[in-house]
Amino acid sequence: MSVAIHCEQLTKRFGDRVAVNNLTLTVPKGSIYGFLGPNGSGKSTTIRMLCGLLTPTTGKGTVLGFDVMTQSEEIKQRIGYMSQKFSLYEDLTVEENLDFYAGVYQLNVAERKQRKKELIEMASLMGREKQLAGSLSGGWKQRLALSCALLHKPELLILDEPTAGVDPVSRRIFWEVIHQLADEGITVLVTTHYMDEAQTCDWIGFIFFGDLLAEGTPQELIDQRGGGNLEDVFIDLVKREEARQRGEGA
Amino acid sequence: MQRFVWGRYWSVVKKEIIQIKRDRPSLGIALVMPLMLLFLFGYAVNTDVNDIKMVVWNQSPSAVSRELVDQFVNTHVFQVTTVVNGYQAIEAMLDEGSADVALVIGPDYTRLRDRSEPVHVQMLIDGSDPNIARTATSHAQLIVQNQAITLQEEKRQKQGMGELKPPLGLEARVLFNPNMESIVFNIPGLIGLIMQNVTMILTAFSLVREKERGTMEQLIVTPIRPLELMLGKITPYVGVGLFSFCLVLLVGTYWFGVPVKGSISLLVTLSILFLVTTLLLGIFISTIARTQLQAMQMAFALILPSVLLSGFMFPRDSMPVVIQWFGGLVPLTYFLEILRGIFLKGAGFEALWRDVVGMGVFCLFILTVAILRFRKKIE
Ligand SMILES: Nc1ncnc2c1ncn2[C@@H]1O[C@H](COP(=O)(O)OP(=O)(O)OP(=O)(O)O)[C@@H](O)[C@H]1O
Ligand SMILES: [Mg+2]
Repeated sequence: MSVAIHCEQLTKRFGDRVAVNNLTLTVPKGSIYGFLGPNGSGKSTTIRMLCGLLTPTTGKGTVLGFDVMTQSEEIKQRIGYMSQKFSLYEDLTVEENLDFYAGVYQLNVAERKQRKKELIEMASLMGREKQLAGSLSGGWKQRLALSCALLHKPELLILDEPTAGVDPVSRRIFWEVIHQLADEGITVLVTTHYMDEAQTCDWIGFIFFGDLLAEGTPQELIDQRGGGNLEDVFIDLVKREEARQRGEGA
Repeated sequence: MQRFVWGRYWSVVKKEIIQIKRDRPSLGIALVMPLMLLFLFGYAVNTDVNDIKMVVWNQSPSAVSRELVDQFVNTHVFQVTTVVNGYQAIEAMLDEGSADVALVIGPDYTRLRDRSEPVHVQMLIDGSDPNIARTATSHAQLIVQNQAITLQEEKRQKQGMGELKPPLGLEARVLFNPNMESIVFNIPGLIGLIMQNVTMILTAFSLVREKERGTMEQLIVTPIRPLELMLGKITPYVGVGLFSFCLVLLVGTYWFGVPVKGSISLLVTLSILFLVTTLLLGIFISTIARTQLQAMQMAFALILPSVLLSGFMFPRDSMPVVIQWFGGLVPLTYFLEILRGIFLKGAGFEALWRDVVGMGVFCLFILTVAILRFRKKIE
């Protein structure tokens, strides 16, 4: 099994606050890795360190074989990233956004034309090319962001809560695309608060207050924790950890 | 550092142009604000003193004393507002500001003058505005001196001794700004100052906005290099700035009547260098500021040193050497020399190359600092 992401003892502190604490995890190539955890548990921070947006305080990690500390530019050329907050240009149209990122990723004219066509189709954005990105509704925006992240055919896709605030139908469509990409061999690291989505991942990592509490396939986790579904596992984990911390505090 | 990729640079330029076009209010401000400021300051910063309000207390009314008063009025520097009796009235008027100076002619003026005996007139000056006080003093002295010479000549002629020939005389001729109008001196400086602030705020805003809206985060995970991003950002604004510069230039020459004696093409070329420098300064600000408000405050914080150290307000020659060095850290210093040189003296490159080099060095310096400070990180 070759790995897409591997990190060891990854830690990020903001002043006194430990956002990510000695995190060790492995994402196998070609898999969909669901990164779960309550609000403020450190998911986005972990992802930002892997993308080279933040420098880890301590620890080490590799993404696609490149060191996150020293080779972040090599990493950037090969990954696609969708941040938690919509971060395309709202005052540019769908097409202008795609054109801009195509230029930034140095696609040539032929590639650009072909990729744009493919991705607009994939995201069902046909007919909306001239619409301002800011005027798209939630689901469309997220699919446009995904298209921009895929322009340069990345080997690894990192998605931070791509389906937050998106209606069930659009969510379904979005996940169909994710699975399709995985079938094509792209590795996907995705965070979500929806357990039905997590259920369809190949691997699950569960993080709480910066600590990785559990890792495994969805079925393994359910079997280990003896719950009926992932939601029970999630709640059980949080409760147990909270009780443990209260015990420590007392 | 890795290779500069023109394609990526060009994508940023195109994107920025579209955004500028869509953001009409900002574009409007960029074009209209310099004009507004020029009009505002063009009138406010006029340091020429005309129409100094003068009250007269003439205690010896006669043809000769009235002649003296007329001499004052004829210069157009003084304007007689009222005639009063007594120091109390004078003091009251100086206090409330309805008069700047008072001319007091003593009761024996006419008598002593007719007898050709030494006589004095008194001038009281409100010194709270040194500019007015200085002008009033020097003009009054000149007027009285002229009057004295005329009197002596008359006296000698009466005694049949012929004309008085002063053994030594100074004939001063002012070059470049013959009427010594301060507006001619100030307008080029204003153009530089206004351009600096407007362009600095424009680029600082365009980058900080990307931070605020989160679009910077997406941009940072692409392979784009800081230099490509920065140059791509400033290129369209050089165009906007240049257009705005030309507008201000036209108003300066046609409305305020400040002529450009030197070569226009040299002026425009060096202005582009200045624009690039101030735009880079804006980028530098954006590497520190997190919000547009902070960027605005920093830009304003730079205005004061620019005004004080560059020679805009006070001549640099009269500053202590250390302060002059600090002035060298302000790009406006070089540009002011260039602007005034080209505007007023018609100076060519031979005369200005030192300032051009100074500005060029500053430009490269700030570019380097901006690149070093611009981390592809979001911390
Ligand atoms: N730039 C920062 N400066 C200081 N603290 C930060 C910063 N970024 C994140 N944090 C803190 O780090 C912790 C982890 O935040 P993070 O955004 O990684 O959580 P998350 O798991 O993504 O949460 P959510 O589900 O709400 O997105 C939080 O307590 C947050 O307040
Ligand atoms: Mg998050």
